Amino acid sequence: MKNDLILRVIAKLLIPFILLFAIYVQFHGDFGPGGGFQAGVIAAAGVVLHALIFGLDATRRIVPERLVETMLAAGVLLYAGVGVAGLFLGGNFLDYFVLDRDPVAGQHRGIFWVELGVLITVTGVMLKIFYMFTARGHADGELAADED
Amino acid sequence: MMVATVIILARSRNLFSVVVLGGVYSFLMATVLVALDAVDVAMTEAAVGAGVSTVLLLGALHLCKAEEAKPAHRPWLPLAVAAGTGAVLVYGTLGLPAFSDPNSPVHTHVEPRYLNDVMKETGVPNVVTAVLASYRGYDTLGETTVVFTAGAGVIALLRRRKRKPDGEGRETAVAAAPPSPDRTGAPNPAEDKP
Repeated sequence: MKNDLILRVIAKLLIPFILLFAIYVQFHGDFGPGGGFQAGVIAAAGVVLHALIFGLDATRRIVPERLVETMLAAGVLLYAGVGVAGLFLGGNFLDYFVLDRDPVAGQHRGIFWVELGVLITVTGVMLKIFYMFTARGHADGELAADED
Repeated sequence: MMVATVIILARSRNLFSVVVLGGVYSFLMATVLVALDAVDVAMTEAAVGAGVSTVLLLGALHLCKAEEAKPAHRPWLPLAVAAGTGAVLVYGTLGLPAFSDPNSPVHTHVEPRYLNDVMKETGVPNVVTAVLASYRGYDTLGETTVVFTAGAGVIALLRRRKRKPDGEGRETAVAAAPPSPDRTGAPNPAEDKP
């Protein structure tokens, strides 16, 4: 599959648009359907497509395992950090009104960061699970991998 | 069409076709959700149910045989349990208010506040996002933690024990391994407190 010219070219064309669409879904979530969960899955799908076409090792070089594992925890920490920031600024936990002088702008800011946290964690988890499964397949059955 | 998909799904013994049919079912479900005007949920269903989980199941399928083993018992007892639960659930729906009844509790409790004040309070036109991230921020934090815990669980289950690396792909996995247990373990107690 790695040597299929059509697949490689199409994937190279498609992946930037998939990632761009993920960013669109993420940041347009305030106005249209979408948000951190969906965007995270779409972004992960783009990377998974890359791994399917170009092989797992190539993808691991671009999106290293260490980064993925960091994303896993960083997203939740970012989310909780927004809550703690609200605490420090004199509100309740996860109170966004205090994040800006104007409460509505504070809401905007809070939602933005919280959704970003969701995006990071979801992408990280999806990619990590994919990496674990595929890496296991590679190590346990080189023959099976060659058949595909 | 969904009924036909489910029947073929249940009867099929080839796990590959089961996975693909599961994806088909998810897409059909997504269209149903679009018809119900729940675009956000439909998008999630299409992306997660049909996209990523299909890929993950195919990855898991790669590790095992493609044919389902013959079941050891006849399926009558599980079938009776499933049918009984389904009947109880259907009976339960009879007590629900009529579909899109404006006086049902769902539409009179907090929904008017969400719909009427969302622009004034958050300035976010998409009510779903506002509810998800702002009004119900605690729940979403919990959901994110669930996703994180799932990832940590998969890592804990599937991570290879440290041993002699014999492939270049494995070497990176082992090299990346040591720092992460404390990293993935550390946030958890902190998350449980709030």
